[in-house]
Amino acid sequence: MIDTDTVAQALRQATAEVFSTMLELEVQAGEPYLQRDVPGMSEGVIALIGMAGTWIGTGSLSMSATLACKLSSRLLLAEFTATGEAISEEVLDAVAELTNMILGNAKNTLEEQLGPMGLSIPTVIYGRNVTTRSVSDAQWVVVPFLCDQERLEVRLCLALSGQPQPVRHGYRPAHCLQF
Amino acid sequence: MALDVLIVDDSAAIRKILQRVLRQADIQLGQVHEAADGVEALEKLKTVRVGLMLVDINMPNMDGLQLLTQLKASPELKDVPVVMVTTEGSHSKVMEAVQLGAAGYVRKPFTADQIHETIVRLVV
Repeated sequence: MIDTDTVAQALRQATAEVFSTMLELEVQAGEPYLQRDVPGMSEGVIALIGMAGTWIGTGSLSMSATLACKLSSRLLLAEFTATGEAISEEVLDAVAELTNMILGNAKNTLEEQLGPMGLSIPTVIYGRNVTTRSVSDAQWVVVPFLCDQERLEVRLCLALSGQPQPVRHGYRPAHCLQF
Repeated sequence: MALDVLIVDDSAAIRKILQRVLRQADIQLGQVHEAADGVEALEKLKTVRVGLMLVDINMPNMDGLQLLTQLKASPELKDVPVVMVTTEGSHSKVMEAVQLGAAGYVRKPFTADQIHETIVRLVV
C-alpha cells in the first residue's frame, strides 16, 4: 500500500518547487483528499501523464483556462489570454511541461519507496464538461492549490501492477492512461 | 569564438526558455538550433556543427540517452559536450547518463544560474 500522506507530500513539494523556480510564484496547498472518480470541470485544461514500473498509474494537473494562460504568460514571458472557444498551442504546451516537471519530480521522490517508474509524454486536453475516470479500484490522491486566487489540482492515482514491469527509456505506457 | 548550441527537447516551452537563458549567459553565443527529439537532432547534425548540446531525456522517437549513445559512437560528434536537462532525478539515471558520456546534468525545474554555471564550466 502507498501511504496517502507520502503521496500528498510529494505532490505538494514538487508543485511548490516548480512554481517557485520556473514561475516565481507561490502556491497555497489545501487539504489533500482521496477521490475515486474526479468530478468534471465545466471548462478548463487537464494534462495527464502516465507512470509505469512495479507501480503503474496516472498523474494529472487541472486548472481553468484563465489560470493556464496566466501561468504560461509567466513561464514564457509572453501574453496569453483565453479567447472565445480556444486557447493557444503554446499555452497547452506550457501546461504539458509544467505537468511533466511537477509529476516527474513527485515520481523521483516516490521512487525511493516504490522503485523505478518510467514517465510518459504528457497529454493535454482543453474543453468543457471534461471528466476523468479511473477504471481500476485505485483512488486518486488529490492536492488542491490556490494560485493568484485561482484553483488548480494535482492528482496521482497509482496501483501495484500485476507483474514487475521492465522500465524502458522513452516508454509510453499508453495502457496505463485511465479514462 | 561564438558558441553554437543545439537544444533537444520535445517541449516547445522548454526550448523557448533555454533559448532565453542562453542569451542571458556570459558567453559569446552563436547560432541556437532546436530539435524536438533524438531523431530530429541527428538529422540536424548532418548539416550543422555545434559546440554544446542541451538534451532532455524523456522524448518520443529517440530519447536523450539513446541520442547520447549515438553521439558518443560518432567520430565527428563524440567530443561535443552534452548536458542533460531533464525531470529524471534518480541517482541511477544520473549515473547512467554520466557513464554514457554526459558532460553535465541539470534537473528540471532549473534556474537560469544553474544552466549558466554548467555551461561556463564546460565551455569557458
